[in-house]
Amino acid sequence: MNRIKENVRLYDGDQKTSFEGGELIITSHRILWGRPGAIPTGQTCLALNLSLVVYIEEESPSAFSFSKSRKIVLFLSESLNEQSNGPQYTSYYNFIKLSFRDGYQHNVIDTLNHALQQKAWENRQPKRQVEPSGVKALPTIKLRTGIVGIERTLQEKQKAADESISVAFQDLSKLMTMAKDMVKLSQTISTKIKEKQGDITDDDTVKFKSYLLSLGIDDPVTRDSYKSNTQYYRGLAREICTALRDPIEKMGGMMGMTDVFCRVNRARGLELLSPEDTLNACKAMETLDLPLKLYQFNSGVMVLQLKSLDDDTASDVTAQLIKDKESLTCEELGKHLGVSIVLAKERLLSAERVGKCCRDDSIEGLRFYPNLFLID
Amino acid sequence: MTEVDISWPWQYSFPPFFTLQPHPETRSKQVAAWKTLILDYCRQTKTYSLDVREANQWPLFSNSAINRKLDSNVIISILSELAKNGNAAALDKAKNRWEIYWHTLEEWASMIYGYICESGLQNSVITFFELSNGTDVEGQEFFGIQTEVLIKVLRVLENDRKCELILADDMQGVKFF
Repeated sequence: MNRIKENVRLYDGDQKTSFEGGELIITSHRILWGRPGAIPTGQTCLALNLSLVVYIEEESPSAFSFSKSRKIVLFLSESLNEQSNGPQYTSYYNFIKLSFRDGYQHNVIDTLNHALQQKAWENRQPKRQVEPSGVKALPTIKLRTGIVGIERTLQEKQKAADESISVAFQDLSKLMTMAKDMVKLSQTISTKIKEKQGDITDDDTVKFKSYLLSLGIDDPVTRDSYKSNTQYYRGLAREICTALRDPIEKMGGMMGMTDVFCRVNRARGLELLSPEDTLNACKAMETLDLPLKLYQFNSGVMVLQLKSLDDDTASDVTAQLIKDKESLTCEELGKHLGVSIVLAKERLLSAERVGKCCRDDSIEGLRFYPNLFLID
Repeated sequence: MTEVDISWPWQYSFPPFFTLQPHPETRSKQVAAWKTLILDYCRQTKTYSLDVREANQWPLFSNSAINRKLDSNVIISILSELAKNGNAAALDKAKNRWEIYWHTLEEWASMIYGYICESGLQNSVITFFELSNGTDVEGQEFFGIQTEVLIKVLRVLENDRKCELILADDMQGVKFF
């Protein structure tokens, strides 16, 4: 428990004292300081009860100091018993400093902290003091007010937060493992239902299946089950097509890649896809003769669109919409089709590129009109 | 500017008309419409010259009813298109000041020379003022023609040896042959 450090100087607050070049010993109860050789030979030395220490702090060396001396600041509470056999009668400060002229290892701080946490002095107290029953012990003064108090509360709060975070993540990892089992369970149940079709009414089967479906894709394609990346992407491409064909048809034949990414991952629930994998899967669609394909606008915006939808028909549809509404902004078209503004803008621009509409760029914003110049 | 009732084309109240269209085919139609409109407007208002910095406030380039204005740069590019056909000419390098010829200089020249021949004024000297604002020329197409433009027209005739300019300080006139 005892650690001896040499060449230690004591500070009263910020002021140097004449106690310098001494030895320091840290015990479970006290800090002792004595002139070299004084402690082992039992001569007079200074002692500080650790119970008075509220908080310790390592003083960061200032940028201008070149000495290797390191300081530890000890914030003290007021002594309860008024005996004044200390080195100084009064002090303006509520802290002292220990200055290690030759530096120290980090374990000094550790040792002090350890001793402070152990509170060895408290364990002994009940044995010594026999309290009369019915009289409660004086409430221990928990904290000093002021900056020290605030700092200490902050430290405690941080510690508590750290603990609760790690507990929370423990739960999450448990959930992940449990969820895998859940999916497996639901799969076995669904196969069992299929086998025992006779026992259960069709209604029940349908109900249960819809529950499963609302969970998402019941058997997500994962990388593990494929040997090569290309095969994996092909599998994914098929999965994305089946999952997104209906929504894309409803949205006017086009869906931005961000929406594709979100929707696919929402449907998978677990085993989430990375954006790269999604993109690669969409790229693989071209070779697979699937109803959807990846399309890149001139601006670089990528969408997943129905294969049946080509530029001409798309811009015809857009032009017709503009004609019906007399004029359209990107926002209005986006709202009307239920697609993002970026996508709506792309559609308008591609219609403009083939001369199916024309633009009005004013301070009121970009608005598209039927191309009366060419119709006339 | 004198207020003249202009019969605006349908494009004038079509907001995209005031934005230069990126689609090439659309743009050529649009620019053609602007060229016709500018020449018609200048003919009807007897405008021989304009300053783009000022003209973009004119009703020609700004339709307050739909709150649209043609950008000065676009005006300049359209005027440059007009210049290719001899219907306009920039007066400075910054292309801010322009003369507009709703008849090209050659057209004006033949028109004036035709009038001279008709009135038998060959071999006589006429001042610029008489030619442009005289009572005799009232009702002629070139009545009120700006002197700077008139000189350019007469230069064309001079090149064809049909007249000779007399640019003395006290009397500026022209002698036709």
